[in-house]
Formats: sequence, structure tokens, C-alpha cells
Amino acid sequence: MTATDQPLFQGADWDFLTLQRIYDACEGIALKELRLDVYPNQIEVITAEQMLDAHSSVGMPLYYKHWSFGKHFAFQEASYRKGLMGLAYEIVINSSPCISYLMEENTATMQTLVTAHAAFGHNHFFKNNYLFRQWTDADGILDYLEFAKTYVTQCEERYGRQAVERTLDAAHALMSHGIDRYSGKKKLDLRAEEKRAGKRRLHEEGTFNDLWRTVPTGPVKSDVLQNVGRRQKLLGLPQENLLYFLEKTAPRLAPWQRELLRIVRHIAQYFYPQSQTKVMNEGTATYVHYRIMNRLHEQGRISDGNFLEFLQSHTNVVFQPDFDNPHYSGFNPYALGFAMMQDIERIVTSPDEEDREWFPDIAGAGDAMGVLRSVWTDYRDESFIGQFLSPRLMRHFRMFHLHDDLEESAGIRVDAIHDERGYRRLRRELARQYDVGFIDANIEVVDVDLAGDRRLMLRHAVLKGAQLNEVDAKRVLQYLADLWSYDVSLVEVDASDTVLKEYVANPRKLAAAA
Amino acid sequence: MTIHIVDRRLNPGSKSLENRQRFLRRAKALVQGAVKKSSQGRNIKEVLEGGEVSIPIEGMDEPRFRREGGTRDMVLPGNKKFIEGDMLPRSGRSGGKAGGPGEGDSQDAFRFVLSRDEFVDLFLDDLELPDLAKRKLAEVESEGIRRAGYATSGSPANISVSRTVARAMARRVALRRPRPEALAVLEAEMADCSEARRVEILAEIEALKSKMRRIPFIDPIDIRYRRFEAVPKPVAQAVMFCLMDVSGSMTEHMKDLAKRFYMLLYVFLKRRYRHVEIVFIRHTDRAEEVDENTFFHSPASGGTLVSSALQAMHDILRSRFRPSDWNIYAAQASDGDNSHSDGEVTGRLLTEMILPVSQFFAYLEVGQEEGVMYDMPASSLWTLYERLRAGGAPLSMRKVSKRSEIFPVFHDLFQRRGKQERAAS
Repeated sequence: MTATDQPLFQGADWDFLTLQRIYDACEGIALKELRLDVYPNQIEVITAEQMLDAHSSVGMPLYYKHWSFGKHFAFQEASYRKGLMGLAYEIVINSSPCISYLMEENTATMQTLVTAHAAFGHNHFFKNNYLFRQWTDADGILDYLEFAKTYVTQCEERYGRQAVERTLDAAHALMSHGIDRYSGKKKLDLRAEEKRAGKRRLHEEGTFNDLWRTVPTGPVKSDVLQNVGRRQKLLGLPQENLLYFLEKTAPRLAPWQRELLRIVRHIAQYFYPQSQTKVMNEGTATYVHYRIMNRLHEQGRISDGNFLEFLQSHTNVVFQPDFDNPHYSGFNPYALGFAMMQDIERIVTSPDEEDREWFPDIAGAGDAMGVLRSVWTDYRDESFIGQFLSPRLMRHFRMFHLHDDLEESAGIRVDAIHDERGYRRLRRELARQYDVGFIDANIEVVDVDLAGDRRLMLRHAVLKGAQLNEVDAKRVLQYLADLWSYDVSLVEVDASDTVLKEYVANPRKLAAAA
Repeated sequence: MTIHIVDRRLNPGSKSLENRQRFLRRAKALVQGAVKKSSQGRNIKEVLEGGEVSIPIEGMDEPRFRREGGTRDMVLPGNKKFIEGDMLPRSGRSGGKAGGPGEGDSQDAFRFVLSRDEFVDLFLDDLELPDLAKRKLAEVESEGIRRAGYATSGSPANISVSRTVARAMARRVALRRPRPEALAVLEAEMADCSEARRVEILAEIEALKSKMRRIPFIDPIDIRYRRFEAVPKPVAQAVMFCLMDVSGSMTEHMKDLAKRFYMLLYVFLKRRYRHVEIVFIRHTDRAEEVDENTFFHSPASGGTLVSSALQAMHDILRSRFRPSDWNIYAAQASDGDNSHSDGEVTGRLLTEMILPVSQFFAYLEVGQEEGVMYDMPASSLWTLYERLRAGGAPLSMRKVSKRSEIFPVFHDLFQRRGKQERAAS
């Protein structure tokens, strides 16, 4: 590296050569000093309007068309115009090459910050974190989205927009229950997925013979179906991936509908790791940009004035309002993540007695980046907090744990605070807040009445008394029934298997005919 | 490692426009309702400003399985005074503050901004211009004038001096016309020289002078005129006359109906013309031009002479709105009363003065809210206009008695008319 002491830019203006210089400077520090491992980068400069566009279709550069994205756009536009919401400075896409969007309105300092944050911080995390490696296929995602978009358009042409819209509406309602959480053995190969869909269609067209319709079916193998154990094995029950179950077994779905469910399911799966690593992901990116910016400033490549501008926006990003602040809306993942990363660096390089006691493995290990890189690779939010949240940070954030039990009429109990007795409980409780097992309702398909009216039976295992919102639950079940095309029932049971509530939904005629 | 920096700014924007349209299509009935509602409280000209509408979330929601209630545990930052074991009273709201403002799905109404065009599109839907057969709007033209180079002939007023002089100079140079300075030099030399030389110089001067005469300073062939050509220029302006009977028999309700009608007409015109003027003429037994507020809100009393309003409109037309420059639209609202003696004058004014220059003349007969108008004998004005129409006068007329009938009537008014004309032609 040539040690240039020339500033990368002056003032706020930039051009494409500046961006190139900024990128090269960041890259030098990221790869040589922080030893990050990243996908090839692609940086795209876009306008504010395009940013808003991208933001309303879940941040992806291409996506199939659906009215709900239009709704989000209208809503976000309204609040953006009113000034209720600022625009994101950047969007970064977990793909290879890793695409980062820079907004043209940003100053040169902000472009440096965003480049360091997205193109190196997030990029490294995407490439290395085990959840992303396991669940997402960065090479294939853009092609797959392209395929999804084309496929949806084709379906609309062939089967009518309304029919497609109805299927997608239903699929979106079940999106959060279209995820494989545990199998994790097979990594999704989205490119092959796309080829497979094409091949299957060709095969179906090639082998279509109307005669098969007229072949009489044999008598119902009632003894097999009556046997609960065998039936469940046959259908793969219990199944918590509702979309998968419908795609494979819904009796009256057309092949294209199954493919749509599959598309929605794959996309949900693609985003699954992101929801589990918000704190870590943002923490990593923020830590990386902080290191890079500081280094650039030390090297004299960012002027003092520009560095102050950076510090100001950095401070805004990592601001954590207190619980009684009107701006409070949960822990700020940037604040918590960044604080934990810095804390780990401190523990590794200059631990105190408490750290040695709490983190014997890493305290004083010396190589902060080495430890951080392995943390970034092997943890998700829940385990990360459960493992690395230090007493010092709990004191710093002045954390406390509230326990609100309606049975306990006296009020809300303060269960633990940031003191010797509370550290471990606080940490366990906070980690649990990031555990997907606790965030999403645990709903499974438990059985199908194959011998009778083909009723689909679902079961919601109620945790800590939190039942489903009735209005929404009915609507979602309606969608579910439309896809299943027979009755659907859902029971909510508590830990002792007592039925708390029961829902039944009948398919609508329209959907059944579609 | 390679890096691609791509400039996407020039990519077509509004990638989500399609999604937005889908959303609007899906919410069409709801949005249309909201648009109608929000246009009720506006002035005629404000109707075009687009703006924020809010639609009920029903039908637009995206349900998910959500859990609520139960025992809740939360870890919060910013402890100030709590210690372990404290009991805090529950706030009145069951959710408490930690329920989070992030639950976007629980809102009852969904507010967003419609662009002007979307607003009006929804407002108007698919109206057709009336009287297309007579003067199709797209081809409405009047003469305009524009510079178009130079010509060799034209009126002296249009001589282009600079161009003419330039050409003359070019010609003089090309033909070597002697310059006056050359003459002056010779003459100066002649003043003190030998006799022989003098004769020589005289001959030379004579030759030069004759050459100068043969090659004029400005020749008719040098002259150029600025050329103008007439170009068709679309008439981009329209004037809309709102005529209303404000005599005692017109109730607030009737005026409100009329206002809505004018509003729609204004929107309709504004869509097609760059500039739209509105003239409000109210009348009892005499007519006057007033502003919008007076027009709709201040009371007046007296008899009813419709012809007075028509006369006023005609006068204003003559003085301010030449029919060749303006597209003229008129909409008259009345409860149908007119004094019997006035019928003939009204008819004549309308058929001879007003209708020939108007693009469109609409008559709206407004009735009481609980009106049983259709059973009643036709009003005097209605009868008169009916007769004129039967005689071939291009009049649109309709009766309205309920607020909700305005929109369909307007719609109907233009559409039917278009069809009739198409069928007739």
C-alpha cells in the first residue's frame, strides 16, 4: 500500500473517480488490516426516488409485481414527504457480487461511510456467517428473483392477474410460516431450482395425456389412512412449514400455484437469516465502518472536518434512547451490536478482572480481529447475546428486566436489574428476545382427515399465554382454507394440552374454482 | 479485486409505479369514495390539487399470524431507579408502552398521497368530451404567426435592414464598386498637379463615377423581407360560465347540488385546457357577475328572469372572451322557475347568441332533497329548453335532486351526448 497522505476528497462533492479512490482506500484497510473476506463488490449510485422504490419491494433490485409493494410505497412515500421518516442511507444485497446502493444526495463522507459499512461490513458478514452460508445462496439469488419475476408475469398472462394475485395474497399471509427452521442439511441451490422449474414444466407438457384423467382410481386404502402413525409419516407430519406442506399436499392446487408457493417460500427462506442476525449484522457493519473511518482519518486521508461529519452521523446511528424516551422502540440493533463488538475488542485486548472471570476464553487473547471474525462466523443474535453480553455493557445500558404477568394483579415486577444478582438472568432474558422460537407463533400442521372431509388440522402451541390476534388469525386461516380448498381448523393449546380456542375456516367458492 | 461502480441514476425511475397502480386498482372503490369525500369540502378550483386521502384498511390489509397478550418479559435500557423486586403499576392501556409503535398493521385507516393526476383520474374516470363532432379538441386551432426566414418580396414594413445591407455590401465588393475614399484621393491629387495629369485624373474620376452609378449602393435585388407564416395554434384556454338562479325559491341544498356540478365541469375543463377562467353569474330578475363566495353563499331576492343572465353572459362574452380565442362552456343551474313572459326572449338569446359560440351548454334542474320531481309537471324552463332541444339546439339538460345523483348525472350527461352525436352523424 502506498502510504498516501493526500486526502481522498475535499468538501462534500464527489465524482466517480472519488468513489473509486474511496473504495480503494477502504478496501486496503478492510482486507489488509481487518483481514475481511468479502464477495466481489458492485456499487450502484441511485437517486432518492430509486431508493424509495427499492425500499418498498423489500430492498431487492428486482422483484415480482404485487399490489402490497405498491401499498408500502404509497405509505412510505407519504411519511417520507411529511418528513416522518428519513431515507435509508444504503441498501446492501446479500448476493455475489454483493450490491451496495449509494444515494446520489450523500456527501463524500457519507459515501465513504456507506462503502465501508455495506461493501465491507455487511458483505463480510453475509459471506461468512454460518446462517447465511447455510440458508442462502448468494450466487443464485438475483437469477432466482429474475426467474420469479418472469414466472409470475407468465402466470398472470396465462391464468389471469386476479387468480395469481389471490394465490400470492394467500402465500404472503403464510410467509412467516413458510420457513424450514431445523433441517438445514440441504443448502438451497437457487440456480438449480430455477432450472428444475423449467424442466418440470417441459416434462409435464411433454407427457401430458388426457387419458389419465379417465383411468378409474382404486378403492380408498382406508386401513392405511386410518392408521394415524402411517398417515403422519406419509404426509410428513407434524409440519411447521405451512407453505411447504401446501405446496406438496394441497389436493386441488394447480401446478403453477404450487410453483408460486414455492417461490414465496424460497424468498422467505432467503430472508430468514437476516431476521435472526440483525444485531450482529449491523454491529459488524458499524464496527467495520468505525474502524475504517478512524484509520482513514489517522492516515490523513479524511480531513478533520469530514471526520467530524462522520462522527455526527455515526453517533446518530448508534444512539440508544432510554425506555421512557418517546423515541424508544426497542433496542437499537446498531447501538447494541456496535457496543458489543467494541466491548469484545476491549475484553480481548485489555481485560479487567471481571472480564477474566466472565470470558476466560477470550479475555486477553490479544487478537481482537481474530476473535471478532470467528464470532461473526459462528453466532446468531440469540447465541451472540447469550454468550458475549458483558456485565459492563449491562451497566452501561442500565438494563433491567420487567415481568408482566396478568395473573399477578399487583403490577409489573422488576425481575432483575444490572447488578451482581441480575446479570445472568438479564442476559438470558435478552437473548431470548432474539430467539426466533419465541418470536414467531409455533403453529404446526398436525393431521389431515383423509378418510372424512379432508379437514386440515393445525395446532398452535401457546407460549406464556400469548394467543393469536383473532381478527388476523381468521383472515390468515381463510387464505389457508382457500389454498387447501377444504375446511381448515386451528386449535390453540397451552402446555398442558388444554384447548384455549378453536378456529374453523371454510374455503371460499371463488378460490376453489380458480 | 475488481470493483464495479454502476451509475443507475439514469435508469427509468418509478420502478414501483406498476405496483402502485395495482394497489390503486385494488383499492379503487375505496379510493374513489375517499376522493369524493375529500372533494366535498373544497372550492371549485381546489378540486384539482390532488393530495392526501385516507382509505379504510379493510380489504387492504395483509394479515399474519400475530400473537398478543399473555405473560410478557422484556429487557429495557435506561434504568433510573428500579431495583429488583419493585412492583410497577400497570398503565391504563393494556399493551403498555412496550407494545411498540411498530405494529403497522393495526391501523384502522391508511393514509397516502395521490398525485394530482391520479386524483382527477379517479374523479373523472372515463369522461368523453362533449360535442366532439363539432370541434374535436385536439384539433381546435386558431391562426398564429411565427417568423419563418426571409423572402424576396413582402411589405416595406417587413424589410430586414441588416440582411439587406449585408447582401448589398457583398454585391458591391464582388463587383468592385469604387469606394468613395478612392475618389477623394484622386480629387486631392488633382488639386496640385500638372495639367496633363489633371486631364488624366478627371477621366479617371469620370470613369469611377460612372461605374458607381452602374453599380448602385443598394440594388432592388439586395432587398430581403422578414417572412412570417401563419401557424395553427391550439386554443389552450377555456372559459366556464356558471349561471345560477339565486331567487328565494333556490334552497341551500339546491345550491350545493349546483356547486358540485360546477366543480366537476371545472375539473373536466382543467384537464383539457391549460387555462380555465370561471365566470359566476347569478340572477334573480336581473343578473350580475359575482365572485365564488357571493355566488354560493350570499342571499338575494327578487323575481326570476333567466334571460337577464343570458344577456349578461352574452355581454361578458363580447367584451372579454372572443369565441375565436376561447372555448366557451356554460352550465346553468336553476329550479326551473321563469316568468312566462320571459320564455321567448330566453329562447332567442340562447339559440341566436349563446349556443352558436359555445362548445357546450348544460342545464341542470335541481330539486328538493325529498323531491318528487318526476311526478310534477315540467317546469317552465324545462319545457322551454325541451322545445329548443327538439328543434335541434345542442343543449344538455338533466334533473337532479340528490347529492348522490350528481356524479352519475355528470357522467351520464357527457357520455350519452357523445353517443347520441355519434349515432346522429
